[in-house]
Amino acid sequence: MLLPTSPSADARAGVADVLPATLAVIPFALLLGSQAAQKGLSALDMLAMSSIVFAGGSQFLAVGLWSDPAPWATLALAAFLINLRHVLMGASLAHKLGRFTALQRFAGAHLMTDETWALAERRALDRPLTPAYWFASGAVLFVSWQVFTVLGTILGGLVAEPERYGIDFAFPAVFIALALGFWTGWRTAPVMAASALTAVAVHALVPGAWSVIAGAFAGLAAAVLTAPAEAIEPPAGAQPEPRP
Amino acid sequence: MSLDPINLVAILAMGIATYATRAAGLILADRLPRRGRVRVALDALPPAVLTAVIAPAVLAGPAEMIAGAVTMVAAFRLPLLPVVAIGVATVALARLALG
Repeated sequence: MLLPTSPSADARAGVADVLPATLAVIPFALLLGSQAAQKGLSALDMLAMSSIVFAGGSQFLAVGLWSDPAPWATLALAAFLINLRHVLMGASLAHKLGRFTALQRFAGAHLMTDETWALAERRALDRPLTPAYWFASGAVLFVSWQVFTVLGTILGGLVAEPERYGIDFAFPAVFIALALGFWTGWRTAPVMAASALTAVAVHALVPGAWSVIAGAFAGLAAAVLTAPAEAIEPPAGAQPEPRP
Repeated sequence: MSLDPINLVAILAMGIATYATRAAGLILADRLPRRGRVRVALDALPPAVLTAVIAPAVLAGPAEMIAGAVTMVAAFRLPLLPVVAIGVATVALARLALG
């Protein structure tokens, strides 16, 4: 269905659609800030990271790996690897940005998160995706992320013994749910098993983010090795895909 | 409030790496292979990375393993926030029970 739209109506729809995801993000933003405070990061550090990086998963990972002085190359590589999924998300979204100027595309890219991307893909199913929708939903999430990660850092030391309440497990739990969001049937099982076992083995031997890198590559190898033949080679008689 | 120069370098490096992944998809949209080993690996990338991130924390001990299994079952059925609440509550109870 193609409904007539106006920028202000699209912006209101973007804000309304992103509100549940924003509420869901607040506890993690507070948790991230409090964990950053325990690593010695200041509220200004947190504001810089939340606005310049603006990617929850990699910020959690970075805070987990943070030491003094900051291992910047490791942190950048870990951020790159954990955010590589953005390449696939962006490639899919690129076909729905017909109403965006080049500047809007590349400025808007900074606001792409799992949540805003999923909302935009959903929106694009039944009406054109507009800059008003994208920037409104992205801005709500962006500003909330700044406010609540910084607030978490300021309130940081207030929860003593977070392990006692299992609060430290919120981070693995979020990632279990995110990882299983990519479950596409039993074919995903060998990917996750290879990744998990390799990551645990490497984590026991080498400090830092290497377990993430080794586990990720083991998972990719498992995916390629267990892929059905037709996923690797086009079936006989199939035409090659035209390149635009 | 202060911003350590090394911290700022680390944050900028993370930011550049992250923005590169966001812009690359827009640039590469029509050039990513649709078949073959590279495509299979690209499709497997998100679960492979996310699993590697959490596996050491989930397999850290019996309480974490129990909570991890419960969280996985919950994640197939429930939205994110209840899943996290169940995971947190399970690990807290399991740690209490296992001492």
